[in-house]
Formats: sequence, structure tokens, C-alpha cells
Amino acid sequence: MTPMTIAPDRKRLALLFIGIVALYAVVQAGLSAGWIGRFYENMLMNIGINIMLAASLHLIIGVTGQFSIGHAGFLAVGAYTSAVLTTKLDQPFFLAILAAGVVAALFGLLVGAPTLRLRGDYLAIATLGFGEIVRITLYNIDYVGGAAGMQVKHLTNWTVLYGAVVVMLVVIANLTNSAHGRAMLAVREDEVAAEAMGVPTTYYKVLAFAVGAFFAGIAGAMYAHQFYIIQPVAFSFLKSFEILVFVVLGGLGSLSGAVLAATLLSVVNIYLQAFPETRMILYSLVLILVMLYRPQGLMGNRELGDLFRRRAKEA
Amino acid sequence: MNWLQQLLNGISVGSIYALIALGYTMVYGIVKLINFAHGDVFMLGAFIGFYAITVLHLGFIPAILLTMAVTSLIGVLIERVAYRRLRNSPRIAALTTAIGVSLFIEYTTIYVRGAQPDVYPDLFGDRVIRVFGATTRVDTLVILLISVLLMLLLQWIVHYTKIGKAMRAVSYDADAARLMGISVDRTISWTFALGSALAGAAGVIFGLYYTKIDPLMGLIPGLKAFVAAVMGGIGSIPGAMVGGLLLGLVETGVSALGFSLFRDAVAFIILILILLFMPQGLFGKNVREKV
Repeated sequence: MTPMTIAPDRKRLALLFIGIVALYAVVQAGLSAGWIGRFYENMLMNIGINIMLAASLHLIIGVTGQFSIGHAGFLAVGAYTSAVLTTKLDQPFFLAILAAGVVAALFGLLVGAPTLRLRGDYLAIATLGFGEIVRITLYNIDYVGGAAGMQVKHLTNWTVLYGAVVVMLVVIANLTNSAHGRAMLAVREDEVAAEAMGVPTTYYKVLAFAVGAFFAGIAGAMYAHQFYIIQPVAFSFLKSFEILVFVVLGGLGSLSGAVLAATLLSVVNIYLQAFPETRMILYSLVLILVMLYRPQGLMGNRELGDLFRRRAKEA
Repeated sequence: MNWLQQLLNGISVGSIYALIALGYTMVYGIVKLINFAHGDVFMLGAFIGFYAITVLHLGFIPAILLTMAVTSLIGVLIERVAYRRLRNSPRIAALTTAIGVSLFIEYTTIYVRGAQPDVYPDLFGDRVIRVFGATTRVDTLVILLISVLLMLLLQWIVHYTKIGKAMRAVSYDADAARLMGISVDRTISWTFALGSALAGAAGVIFGLYYTKIDPLMGLIPGLKAFVAAVMGGIGSIPGAMVGGLLLGLVETGVSALGFSLFRDAVAFIILILILLFMPQGLFGKNVREKV
């Protein structure tokens, strides 16, 4: 079982807060002073979006144990919702971000409520089917450009993205540490036992799906307004797979693991952009090897903080 | 007699799905794993058949036999390398590995030969046959004939041979089968070999029917075949055949009604509906989870 994370004391919390603000300030200064060029700015944006995707899927797979491989579907819903709002209806970006999250969460409920009666591999296939249905539907709607996709304004910037990532990580970390989070962990460890102990398993599974989908939708808004154009083909099964690799490599059940893996692979991604086949071969090999030889992933279900805490205790 | 023509088309597409679905269902019945790489074995089969016909200048039947032999080896290899170690780990681990294997095969194929499609040689020409007033291409009938033959062969293997008996025993209760002296590992290898051989044959006839093959062609038919297997009740061999045929007919019907753009979505909608209202499928057993 997971060593339960103890609520961080006040000093640690203050340190964490200072760290978060400092990271923001340094990068913002770098951006406005021009030390950080377009290449690295793009890389940062990619990392941020991927962290959002990884962390939102972590809540569904890592914490609640529901194997979802249709996460790109929620990303697509968020991306298209926000894009329609800003480009077609001339609404402000903030409203579009929120709407993207809410609509994606509604889809999460829509998919979650009926399909979550399914277990394990059946659920996986159903979520995969959901992702494909979303993609094929977008493909056939002329209002959003069909296969050619949609032109979107470039509105995502470091401040918005960083804010969204921090808020999301805080919400997910606190949710995991709350009574609700414990219930979700119980569902992951043994659904039958959890139900016998009075945990309303379906409720928590749907909750995890809705919250995960909400953040994936917000990531979709960021994504759409970062890359100038969105096309259905970008939200295929491969995208879901990529997000899955972040979570699996990071360690099922470790939030910091998912964040680390997303960061690491985003950087690798950028350098391998010119060799898409090599990248996919590498990804799939990593996935197979990790599953065969280190099924708990890089971090297992520990968090970064645990490592420091243990070391401090030993010293 | 347009509807008869559609019916024939539906049955031929459906029999391809059925052949792939058989591999899914047999493997699932025995190791409880959705073998995601199965669609890619089907793709490899299409390419092996293609090279056998164009490079080795084999005839149609020898090409299919060669393909089936090679894909069955590939299936056994996949099981040995990627799945055997995970037999007792959580289902999620095995499923993730299967997805990994699937993408590995796809992108290694692209890496080796490029992503461009190939066009299958036209073995039967444009000859058409008239059946009760409906015209149909010769290859439609060839597909049908081969699939029926292969399914009969499979039924015979499963019901009347020693290895078939072992397969049924292992899928019923692996531990008891082991106690009775059945080599579970070997039986599982055989299951993968048989399923992959059928997928390979399906690949060749798919190429013949649709003429265009490419390294990512296995994904969608693979998923649809899985839907077919679920529809028929996963683990059930007659279920996979019926499910495949039904799915082929439904898809052809949807296209004929003018919704061809949504043809690919239909399978997934059916899947979700089936899982919700009839998760055991048409021929499956309803298994409850016990503590």
C-alpha cells in the first residue's frame, strides 16, 4: 500500500509556495527580457500542456485505477469548445478556458456514468471507442472545419498556462489527500472490498472521470490557443497513448512521477520531432520494457516529497 | 437486386472481421488478455502475402499458406517475449504492454519500408459473377470460400484434436488443466499460433479485396474485430464468427443508407451499447466477480 503522505507542515508549505512563485518570476523575467527564445518558450508550453494531461489522467488511472485510453477525446472536446468560443463567437479567452473544462467534464460524466459499470479491459476499450467517436464526429462537422481543422488565435501565454498547471496540481494533490481521495485509492486497490466497506464506488469513479476530464479540457484550451491550428487527426488514439506513457512511466499512483515523466518526455519529444517513427518505436519500447521489468514505473506510487522525508529521517 | 449485392458485400467484409475476431476471442478465452497487437499481426499478414505474390511470384493459395505459417510464428514470438512474463501481473500491465507491442510493430514496419501504401496485385481481374440477378466480383466469393474453409478447419481443430481439447481445458480452468498434465505454456503458444495464422490469412484476403495496404491498416479493422468478438461474447468461437458477420452487415447497411462517413463510428457505438446492455454478448457466459 501507499505510504500515506502526511500533510506538509507550515515551513514546507511556505518553501513550496516561494518555490512556485520564484519559478514563475524567473521564467517570466527570462521571457520578457528575451533570454528565453521562441524555441525554449515553445518547449515550456509543451511541457505545461503535457503536465496537465498527465496529471489529469493520473487522477483517473493512477489514483482511481480506471484504465482509460480515450483521454485525447477530452482534450479534443476542450480544444474545439474553446476554439469555437474565441474564434467563432468572439468570447474572451478566460471564459473559453472555463467552458472547455466544463464541457469536457460533462463529456466525462456522459462517458463515465454508463461505462464505469465496466471493469478493467472492457472499460479500456469503451474509452478508446469514445475517443474515436469524438474524432470521427469532429471530422464530419463542417462548422469546425472537418478534416482541415480550425485556425485558432494564439492566446496561450506563460502566465495563463503556469497558473492553470499550479491550480490543477494543487487541486489534484489535495483531492488525493482528502477523504474522497482515500475512497478513490480504495477503489483502485480492491473494488469489491471498497464496496463492502461502504464506499460508493460508482460515484467515485464518475467523480474521478469528471475531474480528470475537466482538466484535460482546460489543457485542450491551452493546446488549441498555442498551436494556431487544431485538426481531428491530432487527437487520435496515438495522443491518448502518449498521455498513457507519461502516467505509466512516471509510476501508476505517483503525481510527481507523472509530472516528471511528462516533463522529461516533452523535452525528448521536441528533439525527436524530426524522426516521428523513431520516436514511436522508442515510446513503445520504453512502455514494454517498463511493464516487463519495472511495472511500478519510475517513482512507484511514492511522491518526490517522500524521498526527501525518508532521507531526512535517516540523517 | 441491389440489396442482395449489399448483403454479399456485408458478408465478405464480415468474414474478414470474423477471422480476426477469432484470434482475439481465443486468446482472451485462454489468457484473459486483449491482444492489442492482433490487428498488427493482421497487417503483417497482408504485407507478407503481398511480398510472397509480387517478389516470390507465388500463386494465391501458396501465398496464403506461407503467410499463415509466418504470422503464426510471429504470434508465438510476441507471446513468448512480451506477454508470458506478465501472465500473473495486473490486467492493466498486460494491456499496456499489448498496446506497446502493437505500436512497436506498426512503427517498426514504417521505419523499415516507409509509410506509403502498396497496391495489391489484381489476381482475379474484373470478372464478375451473376447470382440471382446480383453482380458480384469474383474475389468476394473467394473471400467467402476461404473464410468458411478456415472456420470449419478451426472448429475441427478445437473439437476433434488433442491440442484443441487442451485449449478448451486450459480456458476452462488453467490450474486444473495443469494438474491433469497439460502443458499450459505450450497450449497458450498454440492458441497464439492459430489465432495469428487466421489473422494472417485475413490480411491477405483484405489486401485482395480492398487492394490498398499500409502499415497502419491494422488499427481500425483490429478494433472492429474486437468489437465483433465482444458482440458475439468474448471467449466464444461461434460468437466471434457470428459477431464478425453481423458487424460487417451493419456497416454495409449504414454505408448503403448514406452515412458512410460515420461507418467507422458505428462499430464503437455498437460496442458501448453492447457492453452496457448485454456485456456477456450473444454467446458468452455471464461471469460474476467473486472474492
